[in-house]
Amino acid sequence: MKRTSTGRSATRDQAVPTLEPDVSSIDADSFYLNGPDIADTKAPSGPIEERWEKRRFSAKLVNPANRRKLSIIVVGTGLAGASAAATLGEAGYQVHSFCYQDSPRRAHSIAAQGGINAAKNYRNDGDSIYRLFYDTVKGGDFRARESNVYRLAEVSVEIIDQCVAQGVPFAREYGGLLDNRSFGGVQVSRTFYARGQTGQQLLIGAYQALERQIAAGTVIMDTRHEMLELIVVDGRARGVVIRDMVTGRIETHLADAVVLATGGYGNVFFLSTNAMGCNVTATWRAHRKGAYFANPCFTQIHPTCIPVSGEYQSKLTLMSESLRNDGRIWVPRSGEDKRDPRQIPEADRDYYLERLYPSFGNLVPRDIASRAAKNVCDEGRGVGPGGLGVYLDFADAIGRLGRGAVAARYGNLFDMYTQITGENPYQTPMRIYPAVHYTMGGLWVDYDLQSNLPGLYVLGEANFSDHGANRLGASALMQGLADGYFVLPNTINDYLAAGPFPAVDPDHPAVLEAVDAVQTRIAKLLSIRGTRTVDSFHRELGRVMWDYCGMERTEEGLRKAITRIRELRQEFWADVNVLGSDRELNQALERAGRVADFFELGELMCIDALVRRESCGGHFRAESQTEDGEALRDDERFTHVSAWEFAGDGAKPILHKEPLVYEFIELKQRSYK
Amino acid sequence: MNITVRVWRQPNARAQGEMVAYPLRGVSEDMSFLEMLDVLNERLTTRGDDPVAFDSDCREGICGMCGLVINGVPHGPQQTTTCQLHMRSFKDGDVIDVEPWRAEPFPVIKDLVVDRSAFDRIIQAGGYISAPTGTAPDAHAMLVPKHRADKAFDAATCIGCGACVAACPNGSAMLFTAAKVTHLGLLPQGQPERFSRVLGMVAQHDDEGFGGCTNIGECTAVCPKNIPLETISRLNRDLLRALTHGGSHWPKAAPIREELEEEEPE
Repeated sequence: MKRTSTGRSATRDQAVPTLEPDVSSIDADSFYLNGPDIADTKAPSGPIEERWEKRRFSAKLVNPANRRKLSIIVVGTGLAGASAAATLGEAGYQVHSFCYQDSPRRAHSIAAQGGINAAKNYRNDGDSIYRLFYDTVKGGDFRARESNVYRLAEVSVEIIDQCVAQGVPFAREYGGLLDNRSFGGVQVSRTFYARGQTGQQLLIGAYQALERQIAAGTVIMDTRHEMLELIVVDGRARGVVIRDMVTGRIETHLADAVVLATGGYGNVFFLSTNAMGCNVTATWRAHRKGAYFANPCFTQIHPTCIPVSGEYQSKLTLMSESLRNDGRIWVPRSGEDKRDPRQIPEADRDYYLERLYPSFGNLVPRDIASRAAKNVCDEGRGVGPGGLGVYLDFADAIGRLGRGAVAARYGNLFDMYTQITGENPYQTPMRIYPAVHYTMGGLWVDYDLQSNLPGLYVLGEANFSDHGANRLGASALMQGLADGYFVLPNTINDYLAAGPFPAVDPDHPAVLEAVDAVQTRIAKLLSIRGTRTVDSFHRELGRVMWDYCGMERTEEGLRKAITRIRELRQEFWADVNVLGSDRELNQALERAGRVADFFELGELMCIDALVRRESCGGHFRAESQTEDGEALRDDERFTHVSAWEFAGDGAKPILHKEPLVYEFIELKQRSYK
Repeated sequence: MNITVRVWRQPNARAQGEMVAYPLRGVSEDMSFLEMLDVLNERLTTRGDDPVAFDSDCREGICGMCGLVINGVPHGPQQTTTCQLHMRSFKDGDVIDVEPWRAEPFPVIKDLVVDRSAFDRIIQAGGYISAPTGTAPDAHAMLVPKHRADKAFDAATCIGCGACVAACPNGSAMLFTAAKVTHLGLLPQGQPERFSRVLGMVAQHDDEGFGGCTNIGECTAVCPKNIPLETISRLNRDLLRALTHGGSHWPKAAPIREELEEEEPE
């Protein structure tokens, strides 16, 4: 299999790629198989503003007295998971929640800085539910389902109400009303914020609601517990296999439904803005049990992060996008120029965004800014250690506004930068570089947020819906809370109304098989005792993904990546070194399991990127661009969701397309000239 | 730079534990403290020794998961979280002591990893506003004066790391408890439960085994979020008022304390 694909690639290399590539033979059968189209069957038809109400009415209800007989497992306690568990507990269901950290409040939602969007139109500037819906669909480059996005905009209004009621300390005006600000490239002021820590405050609100339900006895919480397998019985998701990370005990937990709210998979790149523990294991295990994984190649790269300072770097830190409002981005004109930036005169500087995009300048969208930064660094003109960085210079702003004004706007960000790099942005230009930040792809879900696998629900960043090929700023927080507070609690009842389902015997073959699979895998990882650490494999995988499946993707690069990932995965299983035992806290063992799943995901991401021969949102194929170097969509062939089905180890994945129909918004090409 | 780290090693909760010295060469000053420990762990693993277990997650100073006592100071020489401490705060030849949070309510699990679930239980005892999903009025139905919103925010920034406990000679978690009492007690939404909250949370705090507060102030000096000591004054005032003017509702998680129950009004 490897030989064939390498051979074919060698043949392809002789044909120079043009803007009109030959599609007849490239991806026909080498990496995947075509399966039947799929569709969402739950969204009602008719006027879009009535669909959610219609669905809530048509969904079967569960009598309050019957709810305590129904059990629901929720994995993950971020915005989506905590809000869902709390709300379902309040409704009277029996909920069992799990998280890998030591407390539900550690979930990575906590790190979000900017704000949360809602269509309140408090600023009286023309905002509305419809406009938020429109902006989100367009921002997603027309690769999201209209019904889901409209609903997101619709419930956004209720989210703010709920958060305020919980005591989230949003910023206020002097009159006591909520303050708003505008955000990245949008023309209305619809973002609610709590200084630079909106994610933290929203999460704490949901966490407190969750703790109240734990005290009330409706939610059982197990911290330091990691889900390692999904249990499927008679075609329904019925439970999970969990590892107690302190004792190493493997536990089986069964329920009437399973909810995954386990976040994104940016850590496949090793370096990202994700937390150290963020991983794809829960959703990947579900995928291997039959849940489709949609659009895995849709990853978002954020242009302003603090650059890598050395080989030992463990993660990347985000600097808020708002910095680009006043900073000017530049690199030296010549790659040979290694002078201190303060010594480089204007004539020797290349303000490349201002040069390439005269009308948007430094405020071009994230994907454009990121690619431009990568290009100048690839040309050898990058700055800082390793040459992977560009300058974000505030000298002009300080000269124009005064240091006090700049400090008032960006003080805390400047302090954070100084803390991490030891440099002073008031005196010397900041160094920034793009970094992986968010993943729009995830498990496929219908309008009810249910997977194609009955009984499995997926919320927040873990699912694929709503953001299409590119997520707008301040909308991730909105989606997590929409899914958890308002959507799931009104759709899961439709499924549970047929329950409680027949009790699953702890000795059921599906249960035993799942437990056995987990134990075998752990035993194997601990037995190899090879020569390389888990992190060394993770770093190498991350580099392959970043180089070939990052900001710019090519046919040749993706094929190379797939080959290399397969080799690396085999090397991992032959040569990884995990010390200690499984009956104790063993962080290397935890990481090993997650990295093992990242290999499989990485391969699927590259296949997905290879098959989607167009550029849209964060997915940029060099072969599909306009004469100006902008992303070129191919709406005729790719206006669909790519939902992948796992067909077995070593077998080609099966592609199911969900055609996207735009009834309300006209498809347009994005342009920034 | 070349340094020596002396690390607390304790294989499990029941084991004795001891400080073990590890020389480490070639440390870059741009490394974060935790990245330095990662490097130590890679080298230990390569030579077949058990790596050091320590907690971390976001590594950007906001989740509260990391927490090490470095040279006797929780979070080390800078007033930030451990993950934001960088090796440029140290110099060539330094010997650095690394220990877990030490407090009876924070039992050690392994090496530098401790159990802080006591904090979650204090929140369960009243650190919330009861607002079931769907019951909320319009966000603008309640005005919140800006200065109260700002003060509430300052208290709400607590990340629940536990440095306050680790620094306190009494092992008190008053700063953590007071931060939440202050945050919710300053907002109009928090008024209905203001008394039951402080009574429940303080009772839970005491039952967990945290010590009493004698206004020493070591806590705020190491707090990475600069939670002010004033929050403890507010908690004391609310507590006094609750005890003398009534606090009739006890949240389920808080064990009832007989002496306080007697003072409840009709």
